[in-house]
Amino acid sequence: MSTVTNSGRALPRAGRALPWALVTPALGWTLLFFVLPFIAMGFSSLTAHDGGGFTLANYSQFFTDPSYWRAMVNSLQVTAIVTVVSVLLAYPFAWILAEQVPERWQRLALMLAVLPFWTSYVVRSYSWLLVLAQNGVINRTLTGLGLVGEPLQLANTRFATVTGFVHFFVMLLTLTIFANLKQLSPSYRKAAADLGAGPVRTFLHVVLPLTLPGIMVGAFLTFVLCIGDYITPQILGGNNELLMPQLVMMQIGRRGDFPLASALSIILMAVVTVAYLACARWLKIERA
Amino acid sequence: MRRIVRIAAWLYALAVYGFIFLPVIVLVLFSLQATSFPIPPFTGPSLRWYQAVLSDTRLTSALVNSLAVAILSSAAAVTLGFLSAWGFARFTLPSSTLLRGLITLPLTVSYLIIGMGLLVLFNWAGLPKSLLAAGIGHVVINLPLCFAIIYSQMGDHQINIERAARDLGAPEWKVLLLITVPVMAPAIFAGFFLSMTFSWDEFVISFLLTRFDTTLPVEIWNLLRSGLNPKTNAVGSLVFAVSIVLVVLFELTLLRRTPA
Repeated sequence: MSTVTNSGRALPRAGRALPWALVTPALGWTLLFFVLPFIAMGFSSLTAHDGGGFTLANYSQFFTDPSYWRAMVNSLQVTAIVTVVSVLLAYPFAWILAEQVPERWQRLALMLAVLPFWTSYVVRSYSWLLVLAQNGVINRTLTGLGLVGEPLQLANTRFATVTGFVHFFVMLLTLTIFANLKQLSPSYRKAAADLGAGPVRTFLHVVLPLTLPGIMVGAFLTFVLCIGDYITPQILGGNNELLMPQLVMMQIGRRGDFPLASALSIILMAVVTVAYLACARWLKIERA
Repeated sequence: MRRIVRIAAWLYALAVYGFIFLPVIVLVLFSLQATSFPIPPFTGPSLRWYQAVLSDTRLTSALVNSLAVAILSSAAAVTLGFLSAWGFARFTLPSSTLLRGLITLPLTVSYLIIGMGLLVLFNWAGLPKSLLAAGIGHVVINLPLCFAIIYSQMGDHQINIERAARDLGAPEWKVLLLITVPVMAPAIFAGFFLSMTFSWDEFVISFLLTRFDTTLPVEIWNLLRSGLNPKTNAVGSLVFAVSIVLVVLFELTLLRRTPA
């Protein structure tokens, strides 16, 4: 076996054993604690909760019981809304940070913009509960100003779930879109200006198309993280309207039904995989 | 026209900053609340809820557990990630692309599903729920991250230094310990601190895989059952402070890498 570096130059002889000794622990870990659990989950999903042999009942339950379907539809709707709203809010914000804020303040401005990103996830959702609760900050302010007579029902709604999610993903997307805008060579903009394009045309025909792949990566990340999240819908949405992860956790928590929970997890993962394949051509992550 | 765009941009940026900071400000402000409810009007300031947190042994032991799991699982993730990144960057291995894909695969799967899989596996193997189980899960989520960060930083520059060391007769283990590790230190630290923040914050895997001894996010989750409570605000503010420290350390290691 030839030992060649990634830049193509040959290394002095290193035995066959060394490279494998380096990569085997990581590969083994991934196989043992990621691939094998997945296989175990697959097997489990094909068994009945009360023992017994092979069955497809867990999957057919999902496809025939409308309340299960409903959770998937809710999840897809919430995720779609969150992804679109987050991109629309974050893009102008990232643009302002990259274009309008003076260069020397940019790092600080960006760090501030994503600071709450690093709060504990559970705590962040709880903080929104403080803001949105019946007697929370918003309702106290509104009733105090006499704008509404009765406190609004803001917590335990889809609106609360979406707000909590958007808060998180606006920060994440600001980071990715900002990085994208900064990587754009200024010569593109100069060339567009030299050819007579105004700022609006330059943005629509040059900047936006060039940053689109970055937006797609960010949107995909939002989709994956959002659809699989249990904390935000459970704390902010409550049990009025269930999303898929809540349904999965419910099978484990209340009934200890691992097979059904496994089947639902696999269905959830299949949906993410379909989404990945749908936008795979925009998601070429390259080595720097 | 230019002026209007500028003013609109500033207003928009301020509004988004407001949205981003609103919950954090409310959290910290009402952690200093003197009364038993973290709701307006504000009647503080008082540190009584911080005292309550620090004298709550369940919370303090959960905090120690969280730190231990974060440090140990991050050390394991960064070690495995570094060794494999070195192996893949320096040697040509058969089906390297596929194997690298395998290592980074867990990045595309939600924590809930990783936790579920481990729960089913451990349940089937008869392993009890424990902090160790949660730590194993944390290595699964952080290993791909450490691998990706370190692998992306292994450039030609480092290869040349390693070649020089080999030409001067250093055996591989010496090249690794005396050349590669020090040269790659910023990426290694970055991977370690990022893993720490993710492990420190991770909820769903710990929730599924631990029982009595648990981590801080799970213990905070248990606190939430009592509804809005200034004690939760206080512990949340403390967790926020720790995360900020980790992030600043992470920023500093990144800054050190980019020559000013």
